[in-house]
Amino acid sequence: MRENWSSGRLTRRGVFSAAGLAGASVALPLHALAQSAKPDPAISEVQDWQRQLGDGVDKRAYGTPSKFEAHVVRRNVAWLTAAPESAANFTPLHALDGIITPSGLCFERHHSGIAEIDPAKHRLMINGLVDKPLVFTMDDLRRMPRTSRICFLECAANTGMEWRGAQLNGCQFTHGMIHNVMYTGVPLKLLLDEAGLKPNAKWLMLEGGDASGMNRSLPTEKALSDVLLAFAMNGEALRPEQGYPLRAVIPGWEGNLWVKWLRRIEVGDKPWAAREETARYTDLLADGRARQYTFVMDAKSVVTNPSPQAPLKYRGRNLLSGFAWSGRGAVKRVDVSLDGGRNWKTARLEAPVLDKSMTRFHLDFDWNGEELMVQSRAIDSTGYVQPDKQELRRIRGVNSVYHNNGIQSWLVRGNGEVENVELG
Amino acid sequence: MSNSASRITALVVGLLAVAAADAAEKPSKMGIGRPALPEEIAAWDTDVQADGRGLPPGRGTVKQGEEIYIARCASCHGEFGQGAGRWPALAGGQGSLKADRPSKTIGSFWSAVAPLYDYTRRTMPWGNARTLSADETYAVVAFLLNLNDIVPDGFELNDRNLASVKMPNATGFSADDREVSEKKFWNKNPCMKNCRDVPKITGRAGDTNVTPDAKSGPKVD
Repeated sequence: MRENWSSGRLTRRGVFSAAGLAGASVALPLHALAQSAKPDPAISEVQDWQRQLGDGVDKRAYGTPSKFEAHVVRRNVAWLTAAPESAANFTPLHALDGIITPSGLCFERHHSGIAEIDPAKHRLMINGLVDKPLVFTMDDLRRMPRTSRICFLECAANTGMEWRGAQLNGCQFTHGMIHNVMYTGVPLKLLLDEAGLKPNAKWLMLEGGDASGMNRSLPTEKALSDVLLAFAMNGEALRPEQGYPLRAVIPGWEGNLWVKWLRRIEVGDKPWAAREETARYTDLLADGRARQYTFVMDAKSVVTNPSPQAPLKYRGRNLLSGFAWSGRGAVKRVDVSLDGGRNWKTARLEAPVLDKSMTRFHLDFDWNGEELMVQSRAIDSTGYVQPDKQELRRIRGVNSVYHNNGIQSWLVRGNGEVENVELG
Repeated sequence: MSNSASRITALVVGLLAVAAADAAEKPSKMGIGRPALPEEIAAWDTDVQADGRGLPPGRGTVKQGEEIYIARCASCHGEFGQGAGRWPALAGGQGSLKADRPSKTIGSFWSAVAPLYDYTRRTMPWGNARTLSADETYAVVAFLLNLNDIVPDGFELNDRNLASVKMPNATGFSADDREVSEKKFWNKNPCMKNCRDVPKITGRAGDTNVTPDAKSGPKVD
């Protein structure tokens, strides 16, 4: 299928080319109730699918989306990285509904490609400062008490390309290193209790079984509270690209800690200061110092519709929609501005609103072709208010790479096209 | 009830309370999983901690490391550690952390040598990981330190001296202090009306022209 993510009145060319932006004068219908001159053939003509038999059962033994949705896929920004095996792609946030990210659309981030692990050959070892070092098979884990929870996983580098100003034109690229999934697995506390923590056990090191052997340090306090070792997502086994057969789920904390293809947990007394917590995933400030072990993801939000990949097509009543989330708790409120932050209205939160989960918000608005500067501002259950980008830069500088949770601005033009802009 | 009987009762009640507290503190075991054998732990527990705990016995010189590096690392990281294409630079950049475009390398940014040994041994060479011996890893790390002017040409790195090599940015990291330094983001009354002047557009993603267009998307059948 060819790409058609602007199959309406705006062409792809119109959305992205500079010429299109400058010269477009697309007439948009004034409102949805315009009188048609002729009967609508979608109604007056018999369609093929109303006459002929469709595929029988088993033709689609594992169901896939309609061919008309083939444009809804993860996308890569190839220039960001040296090779696709050590790269990331992005969740198409503008094409989602509700709060659950379908498993096949969850962004990918691999450091040495996708490990294809036979679950019969997968082992989890717990060693270090424990009474009894243990080995578990996947069958072992499936005999233990389990729990399910919906929570978001956001890459620490999500929005990292935007520190110096508006760069990528689409919420998929600016905010798409996040997914929200129902994970099912064993509470890590049960496994640590089984091995028995020594009194000086303060930190864990989680290690992946892929070729990157990703390792990250995790305080025992968090490990004993709400961490899961998950074997399932959205009701089925983890996808290979999400760590099949076993990954860590660390609600509210940066995605890099959610080690995939998890094979070993070592218990220690201090953090490891591993490569991924010194050379990477540390936040360089303007004074040349770097923050380390910045685990919690701050409250953040983005308007997904309208956005550059989802332009406005109609004047009159429209529905603004977006996501908000916080690593510190639940989303309490989301405010939306249509005039670049001068005035704000409180948006409607769509149920369910869950702790450390993406939350969907909506705002109905009437649009008559005027220019809009669309922003959203999340407020979480601790009272944290998502900051303006300039406020955030004043504290964190522009070299942080990670943890950019500033307020996003979209410019909506008179023809409905949307562009990622920086406001001053 | 006599005094002694009541004392005994109190003692028994007390003991029961202790036993109950013990049961509450000690989690009941599921009896799932089996003990890890020492050979299995040795096979997998190859990580090195920040202070050097876990380093295997071994040694390697800058000169030995240069040969291995040129053969197995330079195609991605460049002959002088300058990086090739978008692969990371490993050397240079010292003093650049406050610059407009900082260069975060081993010499300019890493806080300790142990994580470098750990990462090189378990993750590199990329695409053929876990193929450097302990001695080869000491040699490559010695060469990388030499490229960054941290150790002299004739240096030998080993399990006894690695943790004592001081890195230029060893004190450049601090703990997460957001709840203090960014306290103002916890704001009880965020502004709702006339919060700022009319905004001006100061930058546009359209001007950067770096967004993948639809044609660059993956093919879907």
